[in-house]
Parts: sequence; C-alpha cells; structure tokens
Amino acid sequence: MNDKVNTPILEIKNLHKRFSISGDFFDQLQFKDGKIRRHREYVHATNGVSLDVMQGESLCLVGESGCGKSTVARLVMGLEHPTEGSIHYRGTRIDTLKANRQIMPYRKKMQMIFQNPYASLNPRMTINDTLTEPVNIHNPDWDNIQIQEKVQEVMLSVGIDPSWGKRFPHEFSGGQRQRISIARALAVDPEFIVADEPISALDVSIQAQVLNLMMDAQKERGLTYLFITHDLSVVEHFGSRVAVMYLGTLCEVSSSQQLFDQPRHPYTQALLSAIPKLTDNRSSHIKLSGEVPTPVNLPTGCVFHGRCPHANSRCKAEVPELISIEGAQVACHAIEEGRL
Amino acid sequence: MSKHSTPNINGKGNNHVYTLQERFFRSHFWHSLKVDLVAQICFLVFILYVFMAIFAPLIAPFDPYDPVSIDIMNSELPPSWSEGGESDFWLGTDNQGRDLWSTILYGTRVSLMIGIGAVLLQAFIGICVGLIAGYKGGRLDSLLMRIADVQLSFSTLMVAIIVLAVFQASFGTELYQELAMVMLILVIGIAEWPQYARTVRASVLAEKEKEYVDAARVIGLSNTRIMFRHILPNTLSPILVISTVQVANAIISEAALSFLGLGMPISEPSLGSLISSGFEYIFSGAWWITMIPGAVLVILVLVMNLLGDWLRDVLNPKLYKD
Repeated sequence: MNDKVNTPILEIKNLHKRFSISGDFFDQLQFKDGKIRRHREYVHATNGVSLDVMQGESLCLVGESGCGKSTVARLVMGLEHPTEGSIHYRGTRIDTLKANRQIMPYRKKMQMIFQNPYASLNPRMTINDTLTEPVNIHNPDWDNIQIQEKVQEVMLSVGIDPSWGKRFPHEFSGGQRQRISIARALAVDPEFIVADEPISALDVSIQAQVLNLMMDAQKERGLTYLFITHDLSVVEHFGSRVAVMYLGTLCEVSSSQQLFDQPRHPYTQALLSAIPKLTDNRSSHIKLSGEVPTPVNLPTGCVFHGRCPHANSRCKAEVPELISIEGAQVACHAIEEGRL
Repeated sequence: MSKHSTPNINGKGNNHVYTLQERFFRSHFWHSLKVDLVAQICFLVFILYVFMAIFAPLIAPFDPYDPVSIDIMNSELPPSWSEGGESDFWLGTDNQGRDLWSTILYGTRVSLMIGIGAVLLQAFIGICVGLIAGYKGGRLDSLLMRIADVQLSFSTLMVAIIVLAVFQASFGTELYQELAMVMLILVIGIAEWPQYARTVRASVLAEKEKEYVDAARVIGLSNTRIMFRHILPNTLSPILVISTVQVANAIISEAALSFLGLGMPISEPSLGSLISSGFEYIFSGAWWITMIPGAVLVILVLVMNLLGDWLRDVLNPKLYKD
C-alpha cells in the first residue's frame, strides 16, 4: 500500500491560466492621451499551482468560491488549455496533446464527475443512450451485447435499476442523476477521476449516499480521486490528503489528519477556525479583515498578505514557494522564517 | 444494489416505461393544444391544406396541367352560385378556361412545396452555420455572423428579383419555366438562411456552457458528434417555432415573385401566379380569379403564423420547463 501511494499518477507543474475579459480586438482599443492603444485585462484563475496526485489516494482541493479550484479540474481534464506550466499523467505530458487520437487513451483513463447533476446529463437522451455512448466510443470492437452488458454492470454498481434505462434524466431525482453521472464516468473503467464539487448541488441527506458510493467505487476499482470541494467536513470524511487554495495559488498541502490537527498556513488556520463547533469557544475564532482581492489585479508578493495578521514587508514583495515542513508543504514566509 | 436501493420515482410506481404514444398524450404540447381553441382550428385548417395539397390529383375534378381538358370557351365563368355560373365549375374558371377549384388545389400544392422546400434549404444551411459559429466561437464565429449580416441586409425580394431576372434573361424563358420551382426554392432558401443561423447560434451559445457538453468532451466525442447529437436536439424548440413562420414567409415571397412575373409560369400556376393572372380582369368584373386564390393564400399564411405564435408560447422555456 505504502509504495503504491508514493508514485504520482498526476503531476501538475507551475500551472497558470488567465482568461481575457476585455472582449475582442475592437473592444480592446482605447483612446488615451491622443493615442489609440490596445488594452487587455485578464482574470488570473490559477497562478503557479504545482501539485502531485499519488496513485490510489483521494486528494481534496479546497478553497472558497472563485479561488480557481474548478479551473484546475478543467485544466487537468483538458477542457481548457493552460497559459503556462504543464500537466503530466504517469510521466507523459498531456496538456499539449491536440489530435483526438492522441488524447483518446487518456480520456479512457481519466474521467470527470460534474457539479450539477441537473445540467450534466443531456435532457434529450435516455440514460441508456448516455451510458452507452462512452462504452461504445472507447471500445469500438465490442458488439452490442457486450456494450449493453457493460452498461448494465455500471448501472447496477451505482444502484440504478437497468430497467430504467429508457427513461430521461428529468424522471430522476438529483441524487439518482448524480449516480448516473458517476456511472457514466465509471463506464470506461478509468483509473483517475476528477470530481468537481460532486455533492454541493445535492440534499444533505443524499450527500453521504453519493460520497459512500464514490468511496466504494474507489475500493473496488482502485481509483484515484482529485476531489474538489469547499465543504471541510467532506474533506475530513473523504480525503487522504488536502490541498488548500487561495486566489489561484496553493497555501498548504498535507495529509488531512495533519491539516485538521495542526493547520500551519495563516489562511488554513482561519479557514478551519470558521468550522462551526458544538462547544462555544469563540475566542479562538480568527477573523480576517477585508475581502478577497480581485483576481484581475493580483496583489504583489503573497496573495494573502493584505489579510494576513503575520505579514511583513517581505510578504508584500516576494511570492512564497511551497516548502516542506514535517511532511506538509506550506507556502508562507512567516513559517519559513520561524516567525509562526 | 441493495445498499443504495432507490425509492420509486415521483410516486409513479414500478417500472412503467411510457410508449411514444403515451408520452405524446401526456405531453405539455398535447395539453396546450387541448385547451386552446384557436390553435385547434389553425391546426385543423393547416392539416386540411396539407391534405388538399397531397391529394390534389384525386380531389380535383379537372387536371389544370392538361391542355386537352381546357376549353377556352369556358374562360371567365363566374362561380356556380352566381348568375351565369355552371355547375361543373363551382368556383368558376380563370381567363384560360381552367377550373378554378382544380387550379387552386394544384396551386396550393406548388406553394406549399416551394415554401417547405425553401425552408428545408434555409434550415440546412442556417443550422450548419449556426452550430459551427456558436460552438467554435472566436474568429470563425465573427466571420460567419458578418456574412449572415451582409446576407440579411439585402431584402429577400431584391435578391430574388435580381437573380431570377438575370437567369431568365441569360438562359431564356423556356429553360426558366422548366426550372422555375427549383430556382424559387434555391433563391428563397439562400436569401433567408441567416434567420436560422442567428437563432441556432444564440441557442448553441446558451447550450454549450452546460455541463453535459463538457461531459461529452471528457468522454472524448468528436466535435461533430457533440454538435449534432448533443447540442442540436436541445435547440430544436426555437428551430421549430421559426420554421412555421418561415414557411409562411417563403410562401408570401413566392406569391410576390409570381405576382411580379418572376415566379411560377402560368402553365403551372402557384397561388401567387393565379392571383396575378386574374388581376387584369378584376375591373371587368371577374373578381373571383384573384379574390378566391387570394383568400386561400391569406388563410394559409394566417393559420401558419398563428400556429407559430402558439408554438412559441408552448415551447417557451420561461413559461414551461421540461
């Protein structure tokens, strides 16, 4: 088990992604001081994210909304192309693959579960068609019977009766739909699954059901998860390791046990202290001042320095790197200098 | 299975799967039709028209395309109920002695064929362009939509008149009369495709942001398959709505062109050429040659527009979500 955990299945290196928000060429032209200039603005969704996902683990990526979690997921799945940096799957660089033929083997190995089960299933296709499609396209030499057997197998494995196959998505509840979309991801027998907030659109009572289903699938099929969430209680239940993101950068990466016992980064500490607890210990609650800065004009240095109680002049000037401390990785000058 | 056992769906119970027919009778579409009297009447009238057009050779007492059955001595007979009318020709005859009822039946057929043919062509070009522009986006989108804008800035009739007049002048009237229907379908079809392209593009832009498109990409489907199998079926409602209106528009365009002498030849008249041929006789008292085909045309177009309106209300996703 242990050496299995030590080989990275996915390596993300210095990942940058910016989105232009200044429209097309003619929208970018601005008249200033008697000259026409081209003015472009970008949203910096991720800024130098480096992360390894180990074989067989569930790595949870947490952070508040708008911090770039979903962008990382979409970049990993090739739905967006990174502006800078690279993504390697088992040592092969996958973000630069263009031809469909080259990408296909990775489509079979890497699958994704989406956030909103009401939007992620095509409303005009029966669930049988939805599930047949991936099996069909990745196993071109299978005959119809083999394909249908496979579809029935995955439907059973997520607890959907195969005789419901002729129904349309609107005939199912949210939890059932999410299980169908899990079945779609499992239908090609992947080894790595990116789950982009798969339970945040579900009822609390259904959330545990879907989480357990995903954990069972992990045990049976030896899956590796990159699980994106903003729900810290899910992390504690589900994740073996946690990566905390803030404004497009990683603050801290450590095992979930360690993170909950001993959060190191000031942002992680504030985040964990915000979890409601039954015992009333308000004194330990860390209140951050100000708002999350806009990702259009990023702060210089550490992105967290404006709200950090421990920030000094170095934090304002220099971007902190992830450094390893006692098994955890933290990006903070104060920790590096021993001030914290 | 037992671990994640699932309760019955919506209380509908057991594993009942609706057949296509049951689905239809349970649908919002059928329900809306049942409660709307205007829609029912329009639907009936439209079906009557289609029936008349399809079975024209069986219904019509005379064959207006057969010169042998036409007697010039019968020309300009008034309808049978008015003074001087003959019981053989219940709507009277036109200036060439053709039975007006038979000619109208055949004319409806021609008009509907041109209308539907032109709309099929429009829809084909428009849907392909709209899908590609909306899905690919970027420069290609800008380019295709500017072409559509340019095409739209020429009025349909102007394009049609120029093209048809040039064709008639350069290839002769005889060839033109042979190819009149094909030419009309081509011209009206090509002149109006931007309507479809814009509508489809707008819906594609909305649809492609949805997660099921991302899911299809993650599965590894080709762009063509995603466009036609996943996105297109979800943009069908607006396409259906503009199709009804566009058929009516195409029929009017054809009638206008025929009236100007650029449409169907007088030997194979459409409703428009019938109206045109009777127009010269209107002041000599032969009102029926223009008025009756005119009424038939007006009712057809009105019915189609009302149906289009009704369909837009039924399929409006803001009023109803499926």
